[in-house]
Amino acid sequence: MIINHPLLGPRDSQEFTYLGDASLIDRPDWQAENAVDQFHDYLYLRDNPAGSHRELWFHETGDRSWLVVTRDTTTHEITAVELARDVARARGRSK
Amino acid sequence: MSSVPILSTLKETVCVLDLTPLTALGGTTARVDSFDGLRISECPDWALASVAARLGQEPAMASAARAFLGMALPDVARTAEPDPFGVFWIGPDQWMIEAPHDTHESLAAQIKAALGDTASVTEQTDGWVRFDLQGERCHDVLERLCNADTRSMAPGSVTRTRLEHLGCLLIRRPQDDHFSVLGPRSSARSIHHALMTAATSAI
Repeated sequence: MIINHPLLGPRDSQEFTYLGDASLIDRPDWQAENAVDQFHDYLYLRDNPAGSHRELWFHETGDRSWLVVTRDTTTHEITAVELARDVARARGRSK
Repeated sequence: MSSVPILSTLKETVCVLDLTPLTALGGTTARVDSFDGLRISECPDWALASVAARLGQEPAMASAARAFLGMALPDVARTAEPDPFGVFWIGPDQWMIEAPHDTHESLAAQIKAALGDTASVTEQTDGWVRFDLQGERCHDVLERLCNADTRSMAPGSVTRTRLEHLGCLLIRRPQDDHFSVLGPRSSARSIHHALMTAATSAI
């Protein structure tokens, strides 16, 4: 499988490690009233789609950037690769 | 280079330690291995520091770095060699800088003084070992050890790659057929063994 890194171009997937669903970017506010419930959902509830899936990959033996990869779980076709920091900032995160 | 005491001499009431620096491979001189069309040399005489721009300070850091280096920081996957420095892109808004150890032993402090709060600077000198591969057969060795397509790498470019299970920086110098491998110093002998095994096999 080849991941088309936004900065470095096509790279073999063996250079990357997989973390999981890109929703992990949306970490709840630990000071919220219902923080316990929010963290329960954040930690334990995942969609498990047969099809398009947004997921976090780490370019471990590369430039060490985190990526959001959109991959079809049934075919492994990759349709989009973004820098996770760009995705996080677009969602209003400061870092 | 690290130092170990090899001799202690009693002079009157004072004990004086004579310190001799050792290279990453444990020798008192740098190891050089020659093959037909390839020279593999341990390069202990370089100071290293890493630089990461702080959030929101990227433009200020870039201009401060340009003033310090006399040249702009290299772009993605590129290197720059403003004498006496070598600068390597290692990630988004991150660079590694090398300089001769004799003149720049306090490289990290010098860079920090120049960049101030625009960047985080970390001393890296003794964390890494550097091996240089020079000669037209270097590709034959590297292609057996890592994913990087060394023949298509542009002169003056850098990539991190896995070399014999070890995460290394692979730098193609501006000169023809000259690569530097920067790897974890504590695995210096493993890297050297891998390079020697591949060279012996290929040449």
